[in-house]
Amino acid sequence: MIVDFFFYLFAAVLLISAALVVSARNPVHSVLFLILAFFNAAALFLIAGAEFLAMILVIVYVGAVAVLFLFVVMMLDVDFEQLRGGFQRYAGVGAIVGAGLLFELAVVFGGWTLAPNAEKLRLSPTPADVTNTEALGRVLYTDYIFLFQAAGMVLLVAMIGAIVLTLRDRKTSKHQNIGTQTRRTVAETLEIVTISLGAGTTESGGFLRPKAPEPEPQPEHEAAGGHH
Amino acid sequence: MIESVIDFLLNDPIGIVILTVIKALALLVPLLIAVAYLTYAERKVMAAIQLRKGPNVVGWFGLLQPFADAIKMMTKETVIPSGANRVLFVMAPMLTFVLAMLAWAVIPMNDGWAIANINVGILYLFAISSLGVYGIIIAGWSSNSKYAFLGAMRSAAQMVSYEVSMGFVLVTVLLCAGSLNLTDIVRAQTKVWFFIPLFPMFVIFFISALAETNRAPFDLPEGESEIVAGFFVEYSSMSFGLFFLGEYANMILMSAMTAILFLGGWLPPLNMEPFTWVPGPIWLILKICALLFTFIWVRATFPRYRYDQLMRLGWKVFLPFSLGWLVLTAGVLMALGWLPNA
Repeated sequence: MIVDFFFYLFAAVLLISAALVVSARNPVHSVLFLILAFFNAAALFLIAGAEFLAMILVIVYVGAVAVLFLFVVMMLDVDFEQLRGGFQRYAGVGAIVGAGLLFELAVVFGGWTLAPNAEKLRLSPTPADVTNTEALGRVLYTDYIFLFQAAGMVLLVAMIGAIVLTLRDRKTSKHQNIGTQTRRTVAETLEIVTISLGAGTTESGGFLRPKAPEPEPQPEHEAAGGHH
Repeated sequence: MIESVIDFLLNDPIGIVILTVIKALALLVPLLIAVAYLTYAERKVMAAIQLRKGPNVVGWFGLLQPFADAIKMMTKETVIPSGANRVLFVMAPMLTFVLAMLAWAVIPMNDGWAIANINVGILYLFAISSLGVYGIIIAGWSSNSKYAFLGAMRSAAQMVSYEVSMGFVLVTVLLCAGSLNLTDIVRAQTKVWFFIPLFPMFVIFFISALAETNRAPFDLPEGESEIVAGFFVEYSSMSFGLFFLGEYANMILMSAMTAILFLGGWLPPLNMEPFTWVPGPIWLILKICALLFTFIWVRATFPRYRYDQLMRLGWKVFLPFSLGWLVLTAGVLMALGWLPNA
């Protein structure tokens, strides 16, 4: 009874917040509703007994991906009113594209047949004596190891792509060489001058004076990760 | 009579709900008092380090100072800036505070003494601690102030960066323990506490915990010298108080996590006579106190990191090192046949 109540509660909140994601006027509110939707989906996973998936959903999507979404949406300052302005003009084209997609989906579902063994596989329950984290690990790292590795490679390629797009050397940027900094000693940085009383302030000052920094050699600059 | 009450609490659905609420209160009320006295301890310890006296006027040795502060905070006026997004502005401190309390559900105080002894306890803690960033981002954005927004941006980048190496540390620990359940992780440390074989990871975890809680030397999101007070610059009265309580509750939580993952939780240092007389929860509390002292000690000792240094430490030092140590740990466990449950 309590489980049913919570199922309908979470499902209802999930659907409402999903609808609000697309209809909210403020993009930041949209992202926050998206986060709420993720949360309720995680709660539904918990009710289904998939605690590992629930936690991973929260950690990966809510804790990392949505943070970046929120970050970008807050920084960009997109004017959504302006984007919505052409609604009347593009409604016809949109309707045609939507109808085409719906027709294609209908064709696909019309010719849908299940592979003979699929139903059996789908219904195979978690082994009774292990937690579902372990059960997941047992199939993921044995039967599906190639798919798992392939997913990892796809993510790696995406990551390299993002780095290539953003890494560019502006000639004005200065790279810090931590090794050189930590190797510096007091002896080669400061010059201690003893000057008799009254003679100090005229030319050099009787203070600890920093030595003029040596000009930074060009090769190090390139070795620090810049393009040519 | 008593039997029927116990039966009602353990078996009736409503009774179970009531029992859970009682358990939660039994944990949260001492926790809030601990938070109050942590602020007092911080001021006293910092004062001692800086050769001052610290709070010594309100009450005996200034012991009533936290309550005086709380009353002051509650009686002040709540100011909501006119340009702020009101709903989110009010929600952000509540979110921070609630998340700091929520994580305590899975912390085992003794063998079997956890409100929710769930199978994925460590993932739950990681999930909750990674949500802490939302309170800060929402506060920074909804304040509609440039300093608050700068603080929120710094904080988001910082917390996401340090979570990555923290995740690898957690994976290393659970490789050695063979379970995601916090009680099982503590039980796996009966022979040797994990901070001995995994000492570098212990250090990385503690430093990442400092960064996750936005404590000195990683308190750039507050950065009072550059961005006034960072993300909570527009907050006043109790809405500021909730951020304050949330930060200190998070410190206690991170210390508890470190104690459970690396310092053997409720286990005594040696499993022999004089040590075993002391009950488990006392040992856990002692370990948490020692770690909290280190938090304060670090704050009074180290200057604040520069922003690029902070990012460099997270991504170029901790991430490769923890990844390498994870592979090394897995290799050693595999080669010597020490894998648990193998």
